Amino acid sequence: MKNNLITIAVGGLIVASAFQSCKPKSTSQAVTGDAASKVYVAPGKYDEMYNFVSGGFSGQLSVYGLPSGRLLRVIPVFAVDPEKGWGYSEETKPMLNTSHGIMQWDDLHHVQLSKTNGDADGRWVFVNGNNTPRVARVDLKTFRTAEIIELPNSSGNHSSPFLTENTEYVVAGTRFSGPSDNANGDVPISSYKQNFKGYLSFISIGKEDGKMDLAFQIECPGVNFDLSRAGKGVSHGWFFFSCYNTEQANTLLEVNASQNDKDYVMAVNWKKAEEYIKAGKGKKMSVKYAHNTYSDITHSATSEMKTEVLVLDSKEFTDLCYMMPCPKSPHGCDVDPTGEYIVGSGKLAATLPVFSFTKMQKAIADKSFDGIYDGINVLKYESVLHGEVKKPGLGPLHTEFDAKGNAYTSFFVSSEIVKWNVKDLTVLDRVPTFYSVGHLCVAGGDSRNPIGKYLIAYNKITKDRYLPTGPELSQSAQLFDISGDKMQMILDFPTIGEPHYGQMIMADKISKNQVKIFKIEENKNPYVTKGEGESKVVREGNKVHVYMTAIRSHFSPDNIEGIKLGDEVYFHVTNLEQDWDVPHGFAIKGSTNAELLIMPGETSTLKWVPDRVGIVPMYCTDFCSALHQEMSGYVRVSPATSKVPLQFSLGTNIPKVITAEVTK
Amino acid sequence: MKKISILAAIAFLAIFEACSSPAKEESNGSHEAPKSMVADPPSYDPDRGEGKWTEENINLKEELNPEWVASGESISNTKCTSCHKLTAEKLVGPGWEGVTKRRKPEWIMNFITNPDVMIDKDPEAQAMLELCLVRMPNQNLSDGEARNILEFMLKNDGAK
Repeated sequence: MKNNLITIAVGGLIVASAFQSCKPKSTSQAVTGDAASKVYVAPGKYDEMYNFVSGGFSGQLSVYGLPSGRLLRVIPVFAVDPEKGWGYSEETKPMLNTSHGIMQWDDLHHVQLSKTNGDADGRWVFVNGNNTPRVARVDLKTFRTAEIIELPNSSGNHSSPFLTENTEYVVAGTRFSGPSDNANGDVPISSYKQNFKGYLSFISIGKEDGKMDLAFQIECPGVNFDLSRAGKGVSHGWFFFSCYNTEQANTLLEVNASQNDKDYVMAVNWKKAEEYIKAGKGKKMSVKYAHNTYSDITHSATSEMKTEVLVLDSKEFTDLCYMMPCPKSPHGCDVDPTGEYIVGSGKLAATLPVFSFTKMQKAIADKSFDGIYDGINVLKYESVLHGEVKKPGLGPLHTEFDAKGNAYTSFFVSSEIVKWNVKDLTVLDRVPTFYSVGHLCVAGGDSRNPIGKYLIAYNKITKDRYLPTGPELSQSAQLFDISGDKMQMILDFPTIGEPHYGQMIMADKISKNQVKIFKIEENKNPYVTKGEGESKVVREGNKVHVYMTAIRSHFSPDNIEGIKLGDEVYFHVTNLEQDWDVPHGFAIKGSTNAELLIMPGETSTLKWVPDRVGIVPMYCTDFCSALHQEMSGYVRVSPATSKVPLQFSLGTNIPKVITAEVTK
Repeated sequence: MKKISILAAIAFLAIFEACSSPAKEESNGSHEAPKSMVADPPSYDPDRGEGKWTEENINLKEELNPEWVASGESISNTKCTSCHKLTAEKLVGPGWEGVTKRRKPEWIMNFITNPDVMIDKDPEAQAMLELCLVRMPNQNLSDGEARNILEFMLKNDGAK
């Protein structure tokens, strides 16, 4: 037995060391001496950049400071968050409404900052819900989700949300094709080729207020739309989508969707689409989708159900969409800062094709076609190709760009980042990542004027990076200094969920606009209590509304009696503070949902349905002052038939304790 | 090898620290005393406090302005009376009765618009903090709001 164990242990060691040798390189080789000084941000000093990182299957958006890698905030978006009461408070519940009802979870994949003239402007960040197709807008004045729009005719909202250079549109392409929402979906799955379609959604963005509106959709062949990028500069007016499964297979895709030597990058002329929509060429399709908006004035959300979308059929307009052949299952299709070059990453291909926008335009003018795919002209590969990066690595996924004409591509299979020159396509440098890198993010790397300086790799696997925490390890981000000729790894840090994609922006573009408090005089919540004198408890049938205030360090009222079993109690808590960073919390025993976290000047509502008779304490959950422990109160719950009158008080014992009642 | 690089990193950090420390002259590495322990700078005027308000720019009139009094009362109800009673009784903070007799108008105005600095510097404010144990929140009063509250405090103390 003992011998067996030793054999297993030795065997394990051999396996482990063999595994070690397959690793990209050891950590000590990858990190050099001055790394710490490059990422050290002293206490009290601010980071140079904000880094917005998708929280993947957590459904949230995380915010890190760079270069320190310090987690600054988790912004709840598509999933409930008990820490902030998101999706639990009555005011935020409508934000998670969909055509399927309240949706408590989603899978947040991509992050993109709003842009003006092709550069990040620090106003909003857009994120996508992958599972129940949605796009959200987060307001960077408050770091809160301001709007969520659901997408009809869409499944696996993966090629989303990508933005045009002046934030005219945010686009969302479906990853899974299928029958449209208003068609009979009860069809054999094997009828994929006949019945399945792919829809690309174009959401327009209000110039001043950022308001989203589903402007139109384009109905396309049933394939998998994986990723997307808007053209910029010379190619402004175009969108590019990578398409895999052009085989239109519907089972065992890992084999059946990699049969074709080339799939496509689809180029869409969205200015043309706009013209067709203006000319009334869009067909109305009846659908059902939710559109939710949060207001910082009423401190509450509204949800509206919409029932119509305009659809253009790609088959009917030959100058709307073009297919560019791209080797083997393209994943990323990334556009360089000039807008001239589009990098297609065939994740199963050994080369990296770079397309030229100028050549594409010429090929279209010359009708240099190589057939038709499901009604869409296919351009000749050679006539649109700028060139191929030869033997770049294994499993290319995503490419970002710096300010010096270089591109950085992630290689999932060979776990490395490869730097190459966009013009002459030569490989300049490569560094290992630990391990299985997905997206990359260069500061400003998707903009017209990259900052360069930092690059982050978002890794799928974290073996051996941090102290072990059970079978599961946190996923990780790795920061590289790319200011010199050679990339240098300077930090890695754990992330929440799956850090799918991220964006960096100089801190001062956001920090200067930060909201510090909500002005109490502007609070238009219908249940606001502006001062303790207005606090009260009101019964409406079996609903009891508590108009409550919170300030360091008490609630008003702190004693409530006359609540009966069968009542629904709504605590509308207004935080009277007008001081930065003094939220108050509100929790009550037996609450089956969560707590509230109420910002200065804000009103927030918790619904509570008592389930038993007795005295129920409530308290503040956010340590607010030396007397925070004292910030509490009691609610008395009586039987449904009780005659105890509704009453409430602060600083008075009401009713005066009646000995007879106590002893009874 | 690993150990050496860690040592090198520690040594490097130590050098880095020494070079960038703001208290260079204190070579023995003793900590700087927290702000509140530092003796008041001689320039501090305990009658006026610290802030933008002076006797001149407050510009008290012989008679109270009833509109300002009413507005001050309304603002107080939203932003102040959760913690301050109008009597002498202490709630979270001290009662307001007599405050305009204990303190100069400019001290009051500076305190309510600039509480953080005042609590750090003013001996009277610090004495009150020892009693109340809650730092008065900055309620982000505008100049006008602060002035109206002062008018209401004067009324509360019997001014006409």
